[in-house]
Amino acid sequence: MRRTALHGEHVGAGARMVPFAEFEMPVQYAGILREHDAVRHRAGLFDLSHMGQFRLTGDMVAPWADTLTINAVGTMKPLQARYNIFCNPGGGAHDDTIFYRLEDGWLLVVNASNADKMWRLLNERRPRSGVELENLHGRRALIAIQGPRSARMLQPHVDVDLASLRYYFCAAGRVIGIPVTIARTGYTGEDGFELFVEGGNASAIWNELLRAHHGEGLEPCGLGARDVLRLEAGMPLYGHELTEAITPVQAGLKWAIKMDKPEFVGKDALQEQLELDAYSRIAGLVMEGRTPAREGYPVWYEGRTVGTVRSGSIAPSVGNKNIATALVSPDAAAIGTRLEVEIRGKFHAATVVAMPFYKRPK
Amino acid sequence: MTQPSDLLFSKEHEWVRLDGESATIGITDYAQNALGDIVYVELPKVGSQIEQFANVGVIESVKAVSDLFTPTSGEVIEVNEALEDDPAAVNRDPYGAGWLIKVRLSNPDESKRLLSPAEYEKIAAE
Repeated sequence: MRRTALHGEHVGAGARMVPFAEFEMPVQYAGILREHDAVRHRAGLFDLSHMGQFRLTGDMVAPWADTLTINAVGTMKPLQARYNIFCNPGGGAHDDTIFYRLEDGWLLVVNASNADKMWRLLNERRPRSGVELENLHGRRALIAIQGPRSARMLQPHVDVDLASLRYYFCAAGRVIGIPVTIARTGYTGEDGFELFVEGGNASAIWNELLRAHHGEGLEPCGLGARDVLRLEAGMPLYGHELTEAITPVQAGLKWAIKMDKPEFVGKDALQEQLELDAYSRIAGLVMEGRTPAREGYPVWYEGRTVGTVRSGSIAPSVGNKNIATALVSPDAAAIGTRLEVEIRGKFHAATVVAMPFYKRPK
Repeated sequence: MTQPSDLLFSKEHEWVRLDGESATIGITDYAQNALGDIVYVELPKVGSQIEQFANVGVIESVKAVSDLFTPTSGEVIEVNEALEDDPAAVNRDPYGAGWLIKVRLSNPDESKRLLSPAEYEKIAAE
């Protein structure tokens, strides 16, 4: 089992550690609901060093990456970040990722569970010249500070004006004197920042932020809270709403597909899926009762099964209701449709709603 | 971790408070801590007959569904309905407000198969 640079901090703080994608990661510190509350109302600190980080350099990175991904890479501005998906020829997702265009190359962040697969794939597809790849997975740490107070808490420690750092942009700077890439990105539905830093420097930043701001409500948070936060915010989790068999079209990510690109892996399949419009798709469900819907539970509509739950959780920011995503047939996916989720042999009513379930107040 | 001295325990981390012919059942402080934030409990119906160590319900935390086993046999005479609105009471007060069910004992002798507080502490400490 691999450990992140912050393993000692997690264990020292009494976090509950679980295996996740080959890493030993904190699933919770004080408790998932308390950590969720901190991120929605104050701020939370996450160790995301298990995620894959690859450095891409060379003149051909953008045109090459544009042939492998659904969103546009070549049109990204300097220091911009962009969500993107690598698809297989059938349109299913190899992985969902974020590209960061840095001053001297590109940073690609991939899911921890897909890091080995993606490293192999990139190397297999690499052109003979113009693209150099460097695998930083496990060496480079990633710390996220997320929540409405994150800018205020982080600002005193950095030499970058955070007010002028736009959403989905990044900057090279220093946090307590340590070189970092600071990005205004996240996976919680709140304002926040992600700090890319050499592993050896991660604990100094982690400890200083907690020391300075724990009294104002900054809480260390685990993967348990992160999953509830992302689900409320309607963000897909690879392996649930996106898989090698579930396409970005099915996952409701049409906005990320640039059909005007001349070609990219999966384009024809996605085009056909869009035109036929007969695909099963991810729907957002709100349960009427108090019984939580969980991954794998069957979903019924008008007396027949129409799909299965892909993710489910209690949702403190959605009136403490139980919410879920389900992959269902198109006739059962319209907003307002009343479905039933089968839970331990009983049928529980649910309604299809528009996602995201939660939007932060402006 | 010290357990209340007036209770008996099961290896599955339930407790029993015997009171003549009836008993109150809940899960231990160790169990609620291991589960994390409890968001839902599903309990047997009042009037149902339950058998010692059988699966009689579920307790769900944010992340997981766990089976509830009964440490004693008998007829369910009351369930803690307050948990429907406030399942977190099991976390806050597992030996008090977070009790789960009350049963009329059908076989008082079977309490011999339960653990003393000291015996349970050894299991919970492992």
